[in-house]
Amino acid sequence: MTYSKNQLYFLVILRMAIGWHFLYEAFLKLLNTSWTSQGYLLNAEGPLAFLFKWLGSESLIGLTDVFTISLLLVSGLALTFGFREKAGAYAGMLMLAMFYLAHPPLPWLSGAGPAEGNYFIVNKNLIELFALGVIAAFPTSHYFGLNHLLSKKQAS
Amino acid sequence: MSEERHDNSRRNLLKGLAGIPFAGGVLWGAYAETRKLAKEKDKILNALDIDASAPENTADLSGDAIRVGVIGYGGRGQHLIRVLGFAHSRWLEAVKNNEAAMKAFTDQEDLNVKLTGVCDVFDVHAELATSSFPECKRYKHHEDMINSPDVDAVVIATPDHWHAPIAIKALEAGKHVYVEKPMTHTIAETYDLMDAVEKSGKVLQVGHQHRQTQSFITAQDIINKKILGHISLVEVNTNRNDDVGAWQYNIHEKASPQTIDWDQFLGSAPKIGFNPEHFFRWRKWWAYGSGLAGDLMTHDYDRINCVLKMGMPDSVMMSGGIYTHNDGRNVPDVIHVNMEYPEFTTGSSREEGLEKGMTFVYSATLGNQYTRPTLLMGHDGTMELGNSLAVHVDRNSTRFKSMIKDRLMDPNVPIYSYDPSANETDGITSATAKYFADKGLLWTYRDGKRLDSAHLHLKEWLNAIKNGTPVSCGIKEGFEEAMTAHMASISWKLGRRIDWDHENYRIMDVPGYDLDEVLLGDSVIQPEMLAGI
Repeated sequence: MTYSKNQLYFLVILRMAIGWHFLYEAFLKLLNTSWTSQGYLLNAEGPLAFLFKWLGSESLIGLTDVFTISLLLVSGLALTFGFREKAGAYAGMLMLAMFYLAHPPLPWLSGAGPAEGNYFIVNKNLIELFALGVIAAFPTSHYFGLNHLLSKKQAS
Repeated sequence: MSEERHDNSRRNLLKGLAGIPFAGGVLWGAYAETRKLAKEKDKILNALDIDASAPENTADLSGDAIRVGVIGYGGRGQHLIRVLGFAHSRWLEAVKNNEAAMKAFTDQEDLNVKLTGVCDVFDVHAELATSSFPECKRYKHHEDMINSPDVDAVVIATPDHWHAPIAIKALEAGKHVYVEKPMTHTIAETYDLMDAVEKSGKVLQVGHQHRQTQSFITAQDIINKKILGHISLVEVNTNRNDDVGAWQYNIHEKASPQTIDWDQFLGSAPKIGFNPEHFFRWRKWWAYGSGLAGDLMTHDYDRINCVLKMGMPDSVMMSGGIYTHNDGRNVPDVIHVNMEYPEFTTGSSREEGLEKGMTFVYSATLGNQYTRPTLLMGHDGTMELGNSLAVHVDRNSTRFKSMIKDRLMDPNVPIYSYDPSANETDGITSATAKYFADKGLLWTYRDGKRLDSAHLHLKEWLNAIKNGTPVSCGIKEGFEEAMTAHMASISWKLGRRIDWDHENYRIMDVPGYDLDEVLLGDSVIQPEMLAGI
């Protein structure tokens, strides 16, 4: 796929920005040993609340936390390094879909946790999720990232 | 040409490896942020030095099982017996699809108890126990159970007017007693019960199970370390806005003079004909219950007494009325109580002699359920105490002046918070964490296990019986809880301040009145109040 310069710049910036965001979240959670997603999950609302409450239960929370950090880390590294960026984008989308569905911004739900803005159906998690869809559909790693290096090596 | 290729390959390398500095930058940022938070947290926690560890949850209850009888097997009695290890058939049926409730029950530690007796004046309640537990014998009268050789200890969960009379007889018969709050219904029986405990040497535990809650144990350490400075005001509240909260309990369809031993229920109460409303909604009348002061303020009084150990107030004033449920009850449904402690202090960070004395305010309504926090307000900080615990430093604190100036402490962010849903105590909590803590996702933990605090309170009682260890809510604490409530109710009825005589350990006389008569009487004594006694 070929892009204009502007298209390429902004697609790469978008990919690196989301990668940056995921990596930072992953690193903070890794370094903060007392972090757990239990509060977020046990307060889940909406039609799938039962699923998230189950994920947050005493017996599963350890696994859920490891899974959350791993997914953030894998997705963040893939996007930042430009290696298997599609898989990274899909992993990130899965993660964001779970974040979104655990606390969907629907007017009849209480909306657990303080929010820094006002949302109706669409919130920042959903927008970031769609942005990852764009990244998966318009890959840039063969221009910028490890893929670029690998494809050049293959070519030579 | 080769230079150009060299340039190209360098550019390719840069493009290919650009992720490395990005990832490095993010990692450095996360590390710096974590270090900064950890350093601030360490500085604050070192300055506060709060011990948040739970007491050891060990008790040797092995050997012969303690044989327990329950007197009063209604809602509360059933709960207490369940956390002792005995869930009746109806409860098991009701929660069979509730995995969490069932697991909490089956995971409970075996307290090595035998439930050998039940006494309830309502056949339906008593038969529920005998049909669920084969070893449990029904005693028609509580004296039969108390004098039975098959019972070592009794749990009393009757209406208030029966608490002390049964507890006293049980102690005299050599039984250990766990009695629900309020410990007593009159002034005289409070002293009688104290004598009975002393003479019998048996263990009495009053049912204020919150003394087992981790946040209250941590709160005691915060007070001991004088973190709040001199506390001048304590505010505690009850807000309820539903029928059950206003004691409008369901009247059982099988209630009749044939299924209820009405005379035994009445006991010392005025002799009136069979009245199922009085039986099931006894909290609405002074003859059986103790009003808001005895029923609900006692909880909050004891919560604060467990943390501050302030004991008897110098004086109590109570106002209020029947403002939300004018349905024939004679106890008020809205009250405001001021308890004065002019000599009390939790320590001062300021010049000597400047700070002394505290007002303890309790207010309650049965017509609104907005949550008002429990606040302990000191010169150096404020503690919000509930299921969760948060300490805010005061902007003008003397003790923490330099830490506030160095921006290590922010009066808007708790300097200490306890949230059992987090893996460890947090020095600084985020707004979100605080929000979740406040929502009540909180339990009491021992060794990482979530437990019912009534289970722990009963366990402490059993441990005291077996091994002579102390109880956290014994006769002294029960006396203070009950007597303060009695002072409040008398104050409301007489429309005047009621004083405590510390020297003689008694309520000061009010000329012309028998205070127990006032306490049990039907209504407010208006004319005398207006005459200005």
